[in-house]
Amino acid sequence: MSKTANKKVVCQKLIEFAEKDSDIVALTSDSRGSASMTEFGNQLPDQLVEVGIAEQNIVGMAAGLAAGGKKPFITSYAAFVTMRAIEQVKVDVAYSNVNVKIIGISGGVSYGPLGMSHHTLHDIAVMRAIPNIKMVMPADRYDTEKLMKELVDYQGPVYVRVGRNPVEDVHQSADYEFKIGKADQLREGSDLTIIATGELVSTALKAAELLKEDDLSCRVINMHTLKPLDEKAIIKAAEDTGKIVTVEEHSIYGGLGSAVSQVVAENHPVPVKVFGIPDEPAVTGYPEDILNEYGLTPAKIAEKAKEMFN
Amino acid sequence: MNKLDFIEGKATQIRRDLLKMIVNAGTGHTAGSLSNTDIMTVLFYEVMDMKVDDPDWEDRDRFILSKGHSVESYYTILADKGYFDKEELNTFCQYKSRLIGHPNNKVPGVEMNTGALGHGLAIATGIAKAAKMSKKDYKVYTLMGDGEQAEGSVWEAAMAAAHFKLDNLVGIVDRNNLQITDNTERVMTLEPLADKWKSFGWEVIEVDGHNYQELIDAFSESEKNNGKPTLILANTIKGKGVSFMENKVEWHHGLPSAEELAQALEELSSQKEVKQNV
Repeated sequence: MSKTANKKVVCQKLIEFAEKDSDIVALTSDSRGSASMTEFGNQLPDQLVEVGIAEQNIVGMAAGLAAGGKKPFITSYAAFVTMRAIEQVKVDVAYSNVNVKIIGISGGVSYGPLGMSHHTLHDIAVMRAIPNIKMVMPADRYDTEKLMKELVDYQGPVYVRVGRNPVEDVHQSADYEFKIGKADQLREGSDLTIIATGELVSTALKAAELLKEDDLSCRVINMHTLKPLDEKAIIKAAEDTGKIVTVEEHSIYGGLGSAVSQVVAENHPVPVKVFGIPDEPAVTGYPEDILNEYGLTPAKIAEKAKEMFN
Repeated sequence: MNKLDFIEGKATQIRRDLLKMIVNAGTGHTAGSLSNTDIMTVLFYEVMDMKVDDPDWEDRDRFILSKGHSVESYYTILADKGYFDKEELNTFCQYKSRLIGHPNNKVPGVEMNTGALGHGLAIATGIAKAAKMSKKDYKVYTLMGDGEQAEGSVWEAAMAAAHFKLDNLVGIVDRNNLQITDNTERVMTLEPLADKWKSFGWEVIEVDGHNYQELIDAFSESEKNNGKPTLILANTIKGKGVSFMENKVEWHHGLPSAEELAQALEELSSQKEVKQNV
């Protein structure tokens, strides 16, 4: 199975679109290498704005560039651009409602051993609470390609989180529909629905495969868009399968699990089990160690999901 | 009419209008708006190139009010210029009005929403950079408060504007020496402020922010293309034009009583008769 880092796809697509449209501008905050944007800088130096290590300024300037008619794409560390610069995101970008795209790179626990300062386990909670801005977490290279294509023509603020490391494909090919705000059902099932987002969607698919061995039919939804949330898909999952599991590389507070629980509780109450990172500075380790520590593996998700049938 | 007389008459009228608007609304940032009225009047009636009947004109000069709480002088000037009906000033801060207590870009003539301090310069830097990238000749102006200079984001943008050689960008500091708590230097030392800006690579011009000719000359000086952004350090008096408000920290968002309003309007009319209707 192919493995590609989503951030690399972001750069490839940005080069492709920016070559045809000189108004597309990429901004980096000493994040060119980390964001895989070096090639963009080499090929289109006049369309790259490097601001140095200054996240507040990267967001403020991007808002200004958009106001001046440009189509800015920020590619900066998810951990910093969604915290250090959150007031600029809220006021300059979202409130003024300008056409700025923010690509948060190396999100979640991508920078595993570097500690809580470099982890991004809060961005769903933060972004969902700000009006006007959308949020998307693509699952694989196909999602990322389609998302980038949609973003180029999409007017208004969008925040995207991608990870640092290569991820497995969850789609067999590019032959499927991707639309911001529309859930992507990857697998049909009748006993349980796993709703996952971002780069843990592949983990959710594997968990569903394990549950099949126990004769449990499991629906899997790739909820790439956190806002606007596809509430219809969630309600339908609750009605059709009666049990929901959520999987995310985010704090258990304020993320996908919270959002899904709200929709379920208000519309069609059924049991929900939330898989995410608990409320503590994550243990030291590489991403796979951290995900394993907190039960974000196919086997552990399957095991806990089975308990819902006891 | 003499240009300076015209500007002075306009500034007096703007001060009168904004005071009436604040009293009508029952809220507002009174003294800060009076402090920057002269700077704003020179900018909007003498310096900036804009089209009232085409607010989104591509080549217009841009203005960002970084000290967004002084929105009263901004709205009053925009209404006077005809961007919207002057009657609408009566809705300032009222239920569902678009005239929010900080700049709102749903109001014609307002470019961006501001209000959180320390943001305007980065936005203006982005717009100025966009102009350079698109080979446009328009200028970008942003008005900051002096208390606002304590925000770190101001200096991130200051560094970037010099780095990108944005000589199409003009920052103005309304240096009235007061912020909401006290004298700026007692709250957080800003001096030597001019030297700080110079050391960041800016051309610094210090003026009396209530002297129209000095302001006009400074904006004119800022137009030379020397590869450096310009900072106009405008020394002002908070509450300027109303004797009992001048240099009084309590008038930051003090609300005049009916008697105080009457006295203020009287003082303003005696300073310079409102001469023109343009």
